[in-house]
Amino acid sequence: MSDDHHHDDDHDHDDDPVARRNALRAEALESILVEHGLVQPDLIDTIVARFEQDIGPLNGTKLVARAWVDPAFRARFVADAWAAAEELGLATGPGHTPIVVLENGPGVHNVVVCTLCSCYPSALLGLPPTWYKSPPYRSRVVREPRVVLREMGVAVAPDVEVRVWDSSAEVRYLVLPERPAGTEGWTEAQLASLVTRDALIGVARPAVPRD
Amino acid sequence: MNGIHDLGGMHGFGPVAVERDEPVFHGRWEGRVLGMVYQMVGFGWLNIDAFRHGIERTPPVDYLRLGYYGRWLAALERVLVERGVLAPRQVDARCDGTIIPAPPLPALPETMAGPFERTLERAPRFQVGDPVRVLVAGPAGHTRLPRYVAGRRGIVTRRHAAYVYPDSNAHGRGEDPQHLYNVRFDATELWGDAGEADAHLHLDLFEPYLKSA
Repeated sequence: MSDDHHHDDDHDHDDDPVARRNALRAEALESILVEHGLVQPDLIDTIVARFEQDIGPLNGTKLVARAWVDPAFRARFVADAWAAAEELGLATGPGHTPIVVLENGPGVHNVVVCTLCSCYPSALLGLPPTWYKSPPYRSRVVREPRVVLREMGVAVAPDVEVRVWDSSAEVRYLVLPERPAGTEGWTEAQLASLVTRDALIGVARPAVPRD
Repeated sequence: MNGIHDLGGMHGFGPVAVERDEPVFHGRWEGRVLGMVYQMVGFGWLNIDAFRHGIERTPPVDYLRLGYYGRWLAALERVLVERGVLAPRQVDARCDGTIIPAPPLPALPETMAGPFERTLERAPRFQVGDPVRVLVAGPAGHTRLPRYVAGRRGIVTRRHAAYVYPDSNAHGRGEDPQHLYNVRFDATELWGDAGEADAHLHLDLFEPYLKSA
């Protein structure tokens, strides 16, 4: 890769010295590791493509929509998220980090964070957004979750318990949001379109768009 | 370690900045770094715990300044130099267009890329419903015990499986598997009067972090 520059999509950072420095060092390190035979550049391409194209929040939106329309599937999803993903053809191989499904309900709102690093159900939902990995979110959501949720657009009523899940070890967490009112008779695909990545983290609430 | 990465509960970082329609990677280099890390971990050159500890040891100012994948890059370089895979300053030299010869490749360490679940003969010490208190440990090395729960009292709400113990594995001291529990804390137990009403924190904590309360 050392002779083969691809800076076209780095333009956003051309004026950012830190990003320039990181890009330069990444290229230097990659060229060394490739020369050592320790890293295969085309395997990097494959990994990048997998996260850019194959794995993403769409997987979670499909699982949630199915859970909303099929109570038996919902029970299986909550009992074993990976088995449910496999059932929908969304699992990508064995040996995944376990995922616990957190059910929002009338009296409880769940929200997920990783204060120590960036733990997230990445194998199912893709890579977490930058805000999830940022010091403001990681520092604040454990101390003042209702304030942070309100800032991000979710007002949690005082009589609703907030549960903050700090993914500090080997288990990852995914929020199963409540099905919004006004969606009776909707198809699974229509329902899935209401579920966002942020709703799967717990910082958004699916809602029917108002015209 | 009691480092800058242990952010839970710190003040002063300001509002959460949300980027609309954020791309998966903001520059090509971010994906290259992720792909390198996945391969070096996947092929066994470093385990994930050692990599995380490498990130934690990024000097605090750099940790905040370099950004997420910048920290990954710094950690990868640091750990590979420590392992003898890279010569010190080999990347600096490459950036300047000079070549420092690579050291002879060390033997591939026997590390694993996962899964991390293990069968443990030893029975778990705690059951669901048990009150527990988190130790005040503060080790200088790697740990998955955030400082904001140190010394605090909670209730075991879930017993997970046993897993490779990151506190040991990060330092090449073996897997030393431990039982893992989810422990629930009242917000006021953690933050005193500043804790929000009817808010609870749930953390996965390894057995050595806990004692009966």
